Amino acid sequence: MSLIEIDNVTLHLGGRLVLDDVSMTVEPGEIVTIVGPNGSGKSTLMKVVIGALQPDSGAVIRKPGLRIGYVPQKLHIDPTLPLTVRRFLSLPKRVSNEAAHAALDDAGAGHLCMRQMTDLSGGQFQRVLLARALLSEPDLLILDEATQGLDQTGSADFYSQIERLRQNKGVAVLMVSHELHVVMSTSDRVICLNGHVCCHGAPEHVASAPEYRALFGTGTHGALALYRHDHSLDHCDHDHAQDHAHAHTHDHGQNHSQNQPQDKVTSA
Amino acid sequence: MSLLDDFLVRAILAGIGLVLAAAPLGCFVVWRRMAYFGDATAHAALLGVALALAFNVSIFAGVLVIALLMAFTVSTLSGRGFAMDTMLGVMAHSALAFGLVAVSFVPNVRVDLNAYLFGDILAVGRSDLAVIWGGAVLVSVLLYWRWSALLTTTLNPDLAMASGLSPRREQLILSLALAMVVAVAIKVVGTLLIAAMLLIPAASARPFSRTPERMALIATLIGMLAVLGGIQGAFTFDTPTGPTIVTVAALIFVLANLVRLLRSQVK
Repeated sequence: MSLIEIDNVTLHLGGRLVLDDVSMTVEPGEIVTIVGPNGSGKSTLMKVVIGALQPDSGAVIRKPGLRIGYVPQKLHIDPTLPLTVRRFLSLPKRVSNEAAHAALDDAGAGHLCMRQMTDLSGGQFQRVLLARALLSEPDLLILDEATQGLDQTGSADFYSQIERLRQNKGVAVLMVSHELHVVMSTSDRVICLNGHVCCHGAPEHVASAPEYRALFGTGTHGALALYRHDHSLDHCDHDHAQDHAHAHTHDHGQNHSQNQPQDKVTSA
Repeated sequence: MSLLDDFLVRAILAGIGLVLAAAPLGCFVVWRRMAYFGDATAHAALLGVALALAFNVSIFAGVLVIALLMAFTVSTLSGRGFAMDTMLGVMAHSALAFGLVAVSFVPNVRVDLNAYLFGDILAVGRSDLAVIWGGAVLVSVLLYWRWSALLTTTLNPDLAMASGLSPRREQLILSLALAMVVAVAIKVVGTLLIAAMLLIPAASARPFSRTPERMALIATLIGMLAVLGGIQGAFTFDTPTGPTIVTVAALIFVLANLVRLLRSQVK
């Protein structure tokens, strides 16, 4: 059974139609990415999934006993608030030292335990947030623009950590992004949202879909292919130069013969 | 009980009672950047005094009601996208002005006005002491009970929501605690200096703290030190007690930050 099934959900916020007849599912162990421009209802859809918002019509079916781990966008922690990473993990529920260390190790942040939250770099901070989400041993991780503010290497490292988690723990992942090119390599399925579901499917399929290109323009398209590479390659350390070379073979070799050739000029 | 016959002992106990509630609450005021919020609520207290005198009810009740009204108004408005610092500035000072005007309508109060503006800790009686400690214990229990939830909400409302907490409810709990502290503090340091007893001990404790709990504890100790030092100082130099307590707290704050500066130089 699906972890989450959303059927024909419609939702108005402040009189505006934000979600229009949206349907989607997340299966166990699957990585699903929702892309869309700003204001396309991505975060609203996340809130519906978490249960923070109730749809006007349609159904949200969660697998009974589903545990969700939520990784928010970068948090701002006021410098007047002293807080160690260890203490942060015990909010709001106290957790044992073993559980805290296990979660930090899984998130690749094992060495940060006694650091102050305000001293962490952006990438370290997101890993701690990830560790916190892992504490509840979730079946489904939800990441809301979790790499905003990270540089490309930082994001790529973060997403490969997510992929390792999926491999080791079988956790499903639902993430939101407005930068498809960054999450392409890890996603099994991509849903392109703009109030309604424009298109969905495998990342390559969405990237070449006319609906997607209408939303994001052709300029992005070239960049998209850059990050789509073979899963059998391990990319703990991303060599971007290599990725570029790699991408171009894809871009030129692949599909969209029906698409304009000048597109490749933009991408090169 | 004979110990309580000494006004000095009563004054010290009143000050310590206030600090027990004000210092941990003050940490939240600092973390959530609610300094002006505290000010607005505290300044509204004078209006409560005027109404209490006019309707012949207890000062504590009058202040509590008005402070609660102010706190809830402000916390409701804060979610609505007003320019908050302007809004709070307007409300803090107009509440004070309304209070002063209202008090002037009540006969025989003008003489005591100083006591309400700056407190009169040396005149604390046994029943005042009971009210102060009752309020302080209530606030402490409230904070202790909601501590984790309040901290999570302070950190990030979305995170709190995902953990099944209601940020709105926690905000109301803080407002309630704030109103209680204001009602308790008016006798000790007066309307004008209540916010100081919230902010200064917490801000002084920051350089010595690695966890929130530690900060609350150190803030409480610093607050107590300020009360003892202030009462002693007021005696030695024949100065008004409430302002002297705040002066001592401010000196501790300066010292604490000097220590922090020195330490960061050494590193």
